[in-house]
Amino acid sequence: MASRNISVSEASRPILPRHARLKFDETRQVWVILAPERVLAPDEIAVEVLQLCDGVRSVSEMVDQLAIKYAAPREAIATDVVAMLQDLADKGFLTEARETTS
Amino acid sequence: MSEILSQGTTKAAPSDGLAVLEQRRSVAETHGIPLAVLAELTHRCPLQCPYCSNPIELDRGGSELSTEEWKKVLTELAELGVLQIHFSGGEPTARKDLVELVQHASDVGLYSNLITSAVLLTKEKLSALADAGLCHVQISFQGNEPVVADRVAGLKNAHEKKLEAAKWTRELDLPLTVNAVMHRQNLHQLADIIQMAVDLDADRLEVANVQYYGWALKNRAALMPTLQQIEDTSRIVEEAAARLKGTLAIDYVVPDYYALRPKKCMGGWGRQFFNISPAGKVLPCHAAESITGLEFESVRSNHSIAWIWQNSAAFNRYRGTGWMPEPCQSCEFKEIDFGGCRCQAFALTGDAGNTDPACTLSPMHEAIFKQAEAEAAAHQDRFLYRNFAGGTLETEGGHGA
Repeated sequence: MASRNISVSEASRPILPRHARLKFDETRQVWVILAPERVLAPDEIAVEVLQLCDGVRSVSEMVDQLAIKYAAPREAIATDVVAMLQDLADKGFLTEARETTS
Repeated sequence: MSEILSQGTTKAAPSDGLAVLEQRRSVAETHGIPLAVLAELTHRCPLQCPYCSNPIELDRGGSELSTEEWKKVLTELAELGVLQIHFSGGEPTARKDLVELVQHASDVGLYSNLITSAVLLTKEKLSALADAGLCHVQISFQGNEPVVADRVAGLKNAHEKKLEAAKWTRELDLPLTVNAVMHRQNLHQLADIIQMAVDLDADRLEVANVQYYGWALKNRAALMPTLQQIEDTSRIVEEAAARLKGTLAIDYVVPDYYALRPKKCMGGWGRQFFNISPAGKVLPCHAAESITGLEFESVRSNHSIAWIWQNSAAFNRYRGTGWMPEPCQSCEFKEIDFGGCRCQAFALTGDAGNTDPACTLSPMHEAIFKQAEAEAAAHQDRFLYRNFAGGTLETEGGHGA
């Protein structure tokens, strides 16, 4: 349960939960997130961030990567990325990698 | 950057699979590529719920599509652009080939959901389904404890088995939706059902008021909630949704008879979803066969599913807005609710082309509202259980289980 109700920080290592699948829809030529009773269409930047959410990479590392790629101030990127990921987490489309040492 | 995502998750109604993608198209466009398909693998089921969504005339086991036929259907659906497949029934786990079908859905790239009563599941079976790539499990509950739940299901020990299967689901790390069908005789348990969903570590809870077609229509007097119950329900759901944000997502389906505006049934007839019956009929919704005078094509016909979706008379009959009479035709909401539900219009007015009486603008709205109140107050509580014999009336004094 704790893994679901997460508070996203730069230290988080988020990942899509099993019920949410990110995939490229060939027929419609758009990226979609598939979830029970829902299909969402994330924008390009959201897709880019979500593809980095592998449960290993930390938010901090993602921000570093994006700041370099877009030559943008790290702080601004961090604010945007954390807000976006928190929004997704609140809606149940993002979780944190579970400790595998159970 | 998450603007579009927020729109998708906060503004879309639960029934509205792809509000966001829809926004990319003109709303006047009548239909596009279907998003999701409900595959009713069988009408066989160990439960006898009086609100069963299957038609009164059930498809017999002998008429069901074979494994190979279903696999061909799944391949065709994926090619058509369908994204999600809901394996339903009847009880889909009554099919011996379910694991094979789930595996095939995974192989062709479909997101698969199992809609089950869970009473036939074993941990081994569930584990095999997970290995085959099943994405999500939805288990129906009839109450929060066995006395009410087993009586509604018409099956002894059903509730206990469901609890067990729900635990296995989470142990296997499969996402779980608890589906609670609500009516007059279990609404008093709602708060406890919400807590049960939390205790089961469900990701999502559907609080679905009974919709009155088919079996439920026959049982309407025994199921119809009181207005007071509906008011309490809205308050309980609202409070729980706020309290459990991030822990349990709650989708709430309001009861039509007490609504002011009709639901956008199926996202509009033939616009986003369709249903395949056990015998292979391609239907605009699971209740569509209740509308007499429409002929539905089968996947066993010479037509492709794509052809049936695009060209069949039944799909085109109530598609878009051109078919609408007044008051729908000049209504500013006509592309929002698409006139409500055709099956309900047929059941209550005798003409599927009429405005859904759930809408306040329907001349029948006042009458059905009063009828609902009167039926709820009469306390005729006996169920007519669903079965292949046309239904069996609950024995006097209850406890059909």
